[in-house]
Amino acid sequence: MFGKLTLSAIPYHDPIVMGAVVGSVLAGAAVLGLITYFRQWPVLWKEWLTSVDHKKIGIMYIILALVMLLRGFADALMMRAQQAMAMGASQGFLPPDHFNQVFSAHGTIMILFMAMPFLAGLMNIVVPQQIGARDVAFPFLNAVSLWLSVAGALLVMVSLGVGEFSKAGWSGYSPLTELEYSPDTGVDYWIWSLQIAGLGTLLSGVNFLVTVLTMRAPGMTLMRLPLFTWTTVFTNVLVIFSFPVLTAALALVSLDRYLGFHFFSNDLGGNMMMYANLFWTWGHPEVYIVILPAFGIFSEVVSTFSRKKLFGYTSLVYATAAIMFLSFAVWVHHFFTMGASAGVNIAFGISTMLIAVPTGVKVFNWLFTMYKGRVSLTTPMLWTIGFLTTFVLGGLAGVLLSIPPADYVLHNSLFLIAHFHNMLVPGTLFGFLAGYAYWFPKAVGFKLDETWGKRSFWCWLVGFYLAFVPLYMLGFMGMPRRMQHYDNPDWQPYLIAAGLGTLIIACGIGCMLVQLLVSFINREANRDVSGDPWDGRTLEWATHSPPAPYNFAVIPTVRDIDAFWDMKQRGEAFRPPAAYEAIEMPKNCAHGFLLGILAFLFGFAMIWHIWWLAVAGFLGLLAVVVARSMNDDTTEIIPAAEVARIEDLYFKRLAAAGRS
Amino acid sequence: MARKLSFACVVLTLLCAATFLQGCSELVLLNPKGPIGESERFLILTAFVLMLLVVLPVIVMSVWFPLKYRASNTKAAYEPEWSHSGKIEAVMWCIPLVIVLILSVLVWRYTHRLDPYKPIDPAAAQFRVDVVSLDWKWLFIYPEQGIAVVNELAFPARTPLSFQLTSDTVMTSFFIPQLGSQIYAMAGMRTRLHLLADEPGVYAGHNQQFSGAGYPTMFFAAKALSPEQFEAWTREVKKSPNTLDPARFEQLRKPSSGDPVTYFSSVSPDMFEYILNLYSPLDKVPGGGPGQGHAGQAQTGHGHP
Amino acid sequence: MMAVEAVHTQEIVAGHPEHHDMEPIRSLGFWIYLMSDLVLFAALFATYVVLSRNFAGGPTGKDLFDLSFVLIETMLLLCSSAAYGLTMTAMPAGNARQAMVGLTLTLLLGLGFVSMELREFTQLISEGAGPQRSAFLSAFFTLVGTHGAHVTCGLVWLAVMLFQVATKGLTAPVMGRLTRLGMFWHFLDVVWIGVFSVVYLMGVW
Repeated sequence: MFGKLTLSAIPYHDPIVMGAVVGSVLAGAAVLGLITYFRQWPVLWKEWLTSVDHKKIGIMYIILALVMLLRGFADALMMRAQQAMAMGASQGFLPPDHFNQVFSAHGTIMILFMAMPFLAGLMNIVVPQQIGARDVAFPFLNAVSLWLSVAGALLVMVSLGVGEFSKAGWSGYSPLTELEYSPDTGVDYWIWSLQIAGLGTLLSGVNFLVTVLTMRAPGMTLMRLPLFTWTTVFTNVLVIFSFPVLTAALALVSLDRYLGFHFFSNDLGGNMMMYANLFWTWGHPEVYIVILPAFGIFSEVVSTFSRKKLFGYTSLVYATAAIMFLSFAVWVHHFFTMGASAGVNIAFGISTMLIAVPTGVKVFNWLFTMYKGRVSLTTPMLWTIGFLTTFVLGGLAGVLLSIPPADYVLHNSLFLIAHFHNMLVPGTLFGFLAGYAYWFPKAVGFKLDETWGKRSFWCWLVGFYLAFVPLYMLGFMGMPRRMQHYDNPDWQPYLIAAGLGTLIIACGIGCMLVQLLVSFINREANRDVSGDPWDGRTLEWATHSPPAPYNFAVIPTVRDIDAFWDMKQRGEAFRPPAAYEAIEMPKNCAHGFLLGILAFLFGFAMIWHIWWLAVAGFLGLLAVVVARSMNDDTTEIIPAAEVARIEDLYFKRLAAAGRS
Repeated sequence: MARKLSFACVVLTLLCAATFLQGCSELVLLNPKGPIGESERFLILTAFVLMLLVVLPVIVMSVWFPLKYRASNTKAAYEPEWSHSGKIEAVMWCIPLVIVLILSVLVWRYTHRLDPYKPIDPAAAQFRVDVVSLDWKWLFIYPEQGIAVVNELAFPARTPLSFQLTSDTVMTSFFIPQLGSQIYAMAGMRTRLHLLADEPGVYAGHNQQFSGAGYPTMFFAAKALSPEQFEAWTREVKKSPNTLDPARFEQLRKPSSGDPVTYFSSVSPDMFEYILNLYSPLDKVPGGGPGQGHAGQAQTGHGHP
Repeated sequence: MMAVEAVHTQEIVAGHPEHHDMEPIRSLGFWIYLMSDLVLFAALFATYVVLSRNFAGGPTGKDLFDLSFVLIETMLLLCSSAAYGLTMTAMPAGNARQAMVGLTLTLLLGLGFVSMELREFTQLISEGAGPQRSAFLSAFFTLVGTHGAHVTCGLVWLAVMLFQVATKGLTAPVMGRLTRLGMFWHFLDVVWIGVFSVVYLMGVW
């Protein structure tokens, strides 16, 4: 009846796991309790769960990302604590079984359930507004993407209390993930959470590429696209071309595990390196998928807060395009040590180094944007400067790793760990946090507290250096990654230092949470009345904060790269139009949410071999898709009077605040 | 000009290296005991210094610009429309490009020179060791001596070493940091590695590729011995009552971790080939497919040039 | 041809996000989805090519493949695409009857293709040449089976569209869906040509 699932799948005996489970369940229950207490269930259902509004979907994505950030960071704390302790006679507090799950979950979560939803959230909130559109091309598909991501994330969370997560690393190298070496359900959790969320990502990639290609306001030519929008274009192209490869690779692993195929097995002709090739054909572009949009955010932030045009717009666009193309031609650098010929390694080594060129160009572009500007050191700007100083060090380490003979000694060491965290923390995460602070007033209607934001930044920056510089050193001391225990006393002081760094980062995360609370309490004082709190340059600042459902009452006409800046210079901004028209918008619907639930059930059933539920889940998915496809009545009209009412309210508030 | 530049780089590199070496001897990669490791250290430090040429100015600028052009400093120049300069853009494309070009030359030379499959001195006699990674221990087979050892690797110093490797389990990576390069060991496939220890000593060796629960125990002592010591060690091993044949191997391959050093006074001939063939398909195709252990041959069948 | 149409679509629509001309935008989206599906097949083709000689002592393509059988299969699929032409030509004239005839014919021919493929699979498995036998057979069953699964999805879609044409007639949204179904169906032909050449023709070489 329940496949492999029995009550023994719940790890009662492990106090750490049970603590985490109880904590997560209590937190979830508290949220549900609050919703009930404030009688918000109808609102939650009508305005959020069934919403197809890209702003709301974006906010839900970011909530998901922040929750998963907490989970992934808890894993990081545990790893650092374990390695600071487990030397010689001490085994630390995590046995190998648990430690191996922790680092596998940390990687999987941070890349796929923190960075990806964060990116999707920012993209959702910002891109349609930046191109002067009222919505994305496929609003319903957008909701489906969100709920598939949530379903995947939920599977990862469930693995905490029901069964266990993968113990084979986030990259899941074969043949360790084969049934012979990983007989339990951990790898299956990893497979299905990635498959389901990956499908969501792919659909969202198609959606946003089409949105930017077809929904731009008049006058917004491609070479007038704001940099953030440009980088999401490149990112979505990468998504469309790389995620199917991940889907294929994971499907082949599943076939090996479920049906005894021999793709990556040791025997009967399987080839484990084929997995490595497929995985990194996706995996390397994936790195750029999460980092390119962050580059876009830095470009927006640096230009706005330097009160100056972005330096070298064209070269920035071409540099990003170059990175996009090169990212598909470097994957072998993840396994220089497999014994390929010198020729192969040289080719991939040089192609990897070439990526440093356009990346370097971008760094100079940001620097020269500040040059002869008027730089205000707001929180987003601090994240940007922190990124610039730190990221180049990671780039340096990356070029070192791209030299094959250097990689022969640095591969799989803590040097490698330090390198990619040095790219992804200052690059991706600082970028997304800059975007979070920058666009928060746009999405929510009030600004975040600056003091706590700056505190958070300084904790993150100092903590980052303290946590990762020791790891660089440990790489030179020959320490491999993923060690649950070690005997070399030389390593321990560095690991303790790294652990302290992680604690400082924990303070940074604490400051972020306090910031959220403080800003909410002081929301009236920080209210963004004009919709343009930073004296912004691009079109998203032309809408209200938070924007009306239709974003723009009248679609603007674009005449410059900095479209809204140009409108302000001409005195066209903050003026009511002569007349309003009725606006057609997509209707909310429950199908997306339903698909997410069914996908979760289907995934869970596949993991535990509950075949009847898997079949039912699959048929349910099919039925919902077919039912939705029958529906031709998917839009509703917002009458001109209603538009006028919303807009008049805005202009009244604006007048009261002394603007306009 | 280029010569002067490279000379300056070398001097700087040596300076850096010297400081590092004096400071912390536990930085084993910067304290190599063999020619492979030494070349790799040289390469790392040279590339490091070369890149500092870009990285340092960037770090300085990224702190200096926002401070100098801070909003409160109204005396600083302000040109809100200035957004293009052909000269600056040319420089910012060219400098990284030039550095990457220089590095590419280094990559070309050193990747050929340090190819793990290339014997260090083809003219000299090679000391052969066959390496098999098991769950979770290392088996070292000495085909010329006819002995085998678990979890200890002894070999004569100052003699070029020639390893061939395979795995009886998941993928692992064989690495002795102070001697240089690592290489993967994979079931049904043969990889090769060539190293040399310049001086006698005991160096830490380990598995660098995560391989499951017992992975952190896969350490072994790599003992570079003088000829006499090595003689004595071999005699010691030959005194052992254990012998390694397919039957004994069945016992040995069972997953276990923290196994003590075990000596085998004799070993079935072609034990390595036997283990390799546990997985290799019987109908190996020349020039492709698994089990073909040559550098330059796509023994892992990947779809790249 | 694809590229031209895609660019063309984009020009018409850019800057006019009103919802009544959503159909070209949907078609562009579907093109892009098909592109990503093609990447999925590319990964499976690459895997097949890498593993195509790893027989592990088991049967080879030469031992197993019956080219004349596969040729009939191929013809069924190609004819089904031709039959879909009936539906496409029926649309401008608003001829719902003809569109339904086209859909039914396509559905039947597609069913024939899938059942022939299933027959081939069961026969191979009963001969002991199932996907568990060797990496080569794993790759063969997966590549061909993934195509087959796509065709099966296409069949479900055909049935749904048959129902929609019957109940709604040839309305604008229905015609948009029919156009995209046509794109999907022809795409599967193109992939099959690849399967036929790489797997079957090169397999018996």
